[in-house]
Amino acid sequence: MSHTTVETDYQAKTSTGRIANFVDSRVGLSGIIKEFGRKIFPDHWTFMFGEVALYSLVILILSGTFLTLWFNPSMAPVAYDGSYVPMKGTEMSVAYASTLHISFDVRGGLLLRQIHHWAALMFMLALTIHMLRVFFTGAFRRPRELNWVVGCVLFILGIAAGFTGYSLPDDVLSGNGLRIVDGIMKALPLVGTYLSLFFFGGEFPGEQLIGRLYSMHIMIVPALILLCVAIHLFMVVVHKHTQYPGPGRTEGNVVGFPVGPVYAAKAGGFFFIVFGIIAFLASTFTINAIWNYGPYDPSPVQAGTQPDWYVGFGDGALRLMPGAWPWHWEFNVLGGTWVFSVLGPLIPAGLIIMAMFIWPWLERWVTKDNREHHILDRPRNAPYRTGVGVAGIIAYGTLMVAASSDLIATHFHLSLNDVAYWLRASLILGPLVGFFVTQRVCLALQRKDRELVLHGIESGQVVQLPHGEFIEVHKPLDEYRRYKLVNFESPAPLAAQPNKKGKISFAEKTRAGLSKIWFQDRVVSVTPAELEAAHQAHDENHGSVAASDTKEIH
Amino acid sequence: MGNHSDDARKTSSVVVTSHEEGKETFPNPGLPPHAPRLTDVDPHKAKSAERQVSLLFVISILGAILFWVAYFGIKIGGEYYDVMNPEPTNALRLQNLLLGLGIAFSMFGIGIGVVHWARTLMPDHEMVEYRHAVSAEADRAEAQEIVETIIAESGIKRRPLLRNTLIGSVILAPLTFVTFLRDLGPADPSVLKHTMWDKGVRLVRDPSGTPIKASDVTLGSAYHVLPENLSSLSHDQGYLNEKAKAVVLLMRLDPSDLKVSAGREDWNVDGIIAYSKVCTHVGCPIALYEQRTHHLLCPCHQSTFDAADECKVVFGPAGHALPQLPIAVDSEGYLVAQSDFHEPVGPAYWERGKHVKEMAGETK
Ligand code: FES
Repeated sequence: MSHTTVETDYQAKTSTGRIANFVDSRVGLSGIIKEFGRKIFPDHWTFMFGEVALYSLVILILSGTFLTLWFNPSMAPVAYDGSYVPMKGTEMSVAYASTLHISFDVRGGLLLRQIHHWAALMFMLALTIHMLRVFFTGAFRRPRELNWVVGCVLFILGIAAGFTGYSLPDDVLSGNGLRIVDGIMKALPLVGTYLSLFFFGGEFPGEQLIGRLYSMHIMIVPALILLCVAIHLFMVVVHKHTQYPGPGRTEGNVVGFPVGPVYAAKAGGFFFIVFGIIAFLASTFTINAIWNYGPYDPSPVQAGTQPDWYVGFGDGALRLMPGAWPWHWEFNVLGGTWVFSVLGPLIPAGLIIMAMFIWPWLERWVTKDNREHHILDRPRNAPYRTGVGVAGIIAYGTLMVAASSDLIATHFHLSLNDVAYWLRASLILGPLVGFFVTQRVCLALQRKDRELVLHGIESGQVVQLPHGEFIEVHKPLDEYRRYKLVNFESPAPLAAQPNKKGKISFAEKTRAGLSKIWFQDRVVSVTPAELEAAHQAHDENHGSVAASDTKEIH
Repeated sequence: MGNHSDDARKTSSVVVTSHEEGKETFPNPGLPPHAPRLTDVDPHKAKSAERQVSLLFVISILGAILFWVAYFGIKIGGEYYDVMNPEPTNALRLQNLLLGLGIAFSMFGIGIGVVHWARTLMPDHEMVEYRHAVSAEADRAEAQEIVETIIAESGIKRRPLLRNTLIGSVILAPLTFVTFLRDLGPADPSVLKHTMWDKGVRLVRDPSGTPIKASDVTLGSAYHVLPENLSSLSHDQGYLNEKAKAVVLLMRLDPSDLKVSAGREDWNVDGIIAYSKVCTHVGCPIALYEQRTHHLLCPCHQSTFDAADECKVVFGPAGHALPQLPIAVDSEGYLVAQSDFHEPVGPAYWERGKHVKEMAGETK
């Protein structure tokens, strides 16, 4: 073998170039940089919630890793001997004692705990708002349906991560939360009792649980979350980001800023801002002061305590079910006890979550629209979807408010029972009313858009015509603003169609019924011809005395 | 308002459906012209933006320094929340505050600085990139061909014996690991049937552990109660598990207010009644007793039970009444249990109906 030097044509001149050359010739970085270095991302404030969720996750992992250095997930009993005087000598689990240790005897430990908890609240909040944004703008439509599902899975995983973490300190509050989980598990038909016995390693509370929750909280759930996040981001790259309608934007392009430098700087800077906000909250607002609650003990309970907000809807659902009205909701049939007093409320909570998962397909089934969509809908231009979304928010919100029904009752001096009755009514009627009102509001906003396009903006300038009439001068929109307001579709209801056998199936009838509710009232966008006609009408009105005399004024 | 005519609005107050067939649309006008920012045209503005950004970075550095000052400079330690010596508590609070603010400023400084930099000094020309189909038809056909070749070459279709045994092994192999889950816990639901209460076990106050004389229980009073033998259990013997099932509420009502069903006539002692404190909804301890209405209220989801009417559910999500503990008085005048509960305590579960029947048989 002869020694030859490998000749490359490319000779780097700068030191950055030399480093890049070194790395690239070994691991092939230039492909990645070519792909991502100047990739275009559309910019809009509503696109940042997903980012906030991602950044909160990074902060969670960072602060959580620090917490594992001191936390000890054991349920073995110890007599407390730390710096917190009121608990001295109290028997408690090692898990609770180590949480006290982190809070009082590790410098900055309390801050780390609070950063971790605030980041978790922020993660779920940002995740939820991001999902709402995606829903209301129709970003879940083809080709992004699967990414929507991944997002829904992340929502559930987020709740699981939050709940397992909340339970780790083994204090009275979280212990009661676990007791409720035990009760819910037991209510499941056939397998429930076994599930509970397996989960707790015997009867509640057992000796095993905190360790098991710990492995779920720091290993299983985060691994799944990271996996889903990776899939989610990968799909974002594959699909490229959606964009709002506007001049220059088409289904075939992406308009925005390149990753390097502007987008990376804004997004990267934003990470530090989110971190700053969480650190600020953590230093100024005490959260989950477990030393006030005491170690877990099955006997006492505190009234008026609140779970973390993202489990509130489940707790609220449990509260709204009447257990013994009009009859007892526990039936002994088919070889077992059916605990509908607990299973019943899982149904609306479960339905909301199910609807969330299958929505892209449900919508496609009704609209028969199987095209790709990269341009988002302005929420007003999809009144049916916006209506459904608001209905969902009302149902979810009612359940969440129900989780605080006792606080509402005491705070406003109402009877607990009345609050429950009102919330039950609102759970059933609220979404219906919400749907129809929202649909109307959207239609009104669409009509306002039409007015704007046809007649321009009120300039605030009033002039008197020769014959004495006062009119306000309207300034026509420029073509860029106008395009934003006219670039949408407004599908008509699709009547039921017979299948191959010439029959109209029940499913098809249902579909047509939904299509009618969704689309029968609609507003279409202005056409160039209409605009032309409107302009002419303007000129006539304002130009001739005779014309304006005959018009009624509305 | 102006008096404009809009044909469409005359047809209906809601629907606007004019000109939709073969409707022509406005052409896309393309990107609006770029409006330069002040910093693009005025070098002084650009310079001052640069200064603002570096000032923010300096704030970040100061934030980090604040963190170290708080971390090393504030001495914590001692006894917290000791009324005689509040200083350590204050020092802890102060340290927590300053550490957090230090981190917050060091992060805000970087974050706001970089964003400000991007907004004022980096180019803000919008750029256009074109979308491509996620995968081309041709690619898909090619991929399918590759997959078919792979399947053909592996021979899995031609050799069913190979295929079937492979399927069998691939199903069974993971099940070995699933089997490990079996020992997560015992699989005998009948542990839920019984508590520590038994014939002659004294009722003691929770948490003091002192026994209760029937004469001590005045009309309208209520006690949190545990079985006396609970204190003999250590933590390893399942103290918490037993306590979680055995907690009881003791109340005294006017005997004439009590509704007593057949078979329970001697379960109370002159209006003193004892009921399981574990909510039959999903298991929270019931903590609130309203003496005037005789109602017990669970703080978790507001199930309400009527103590005068054998703790039947009067409101809320609980699905059955609280189990009653039959009590009596021993020779020294202390309250004791006559037996265990006659039904499982706590939330309902799949086997509960069966257990209730079995337990009724046991006691007869
Ligand atoms: S646990 Fe008592 S009402 Fe739910």
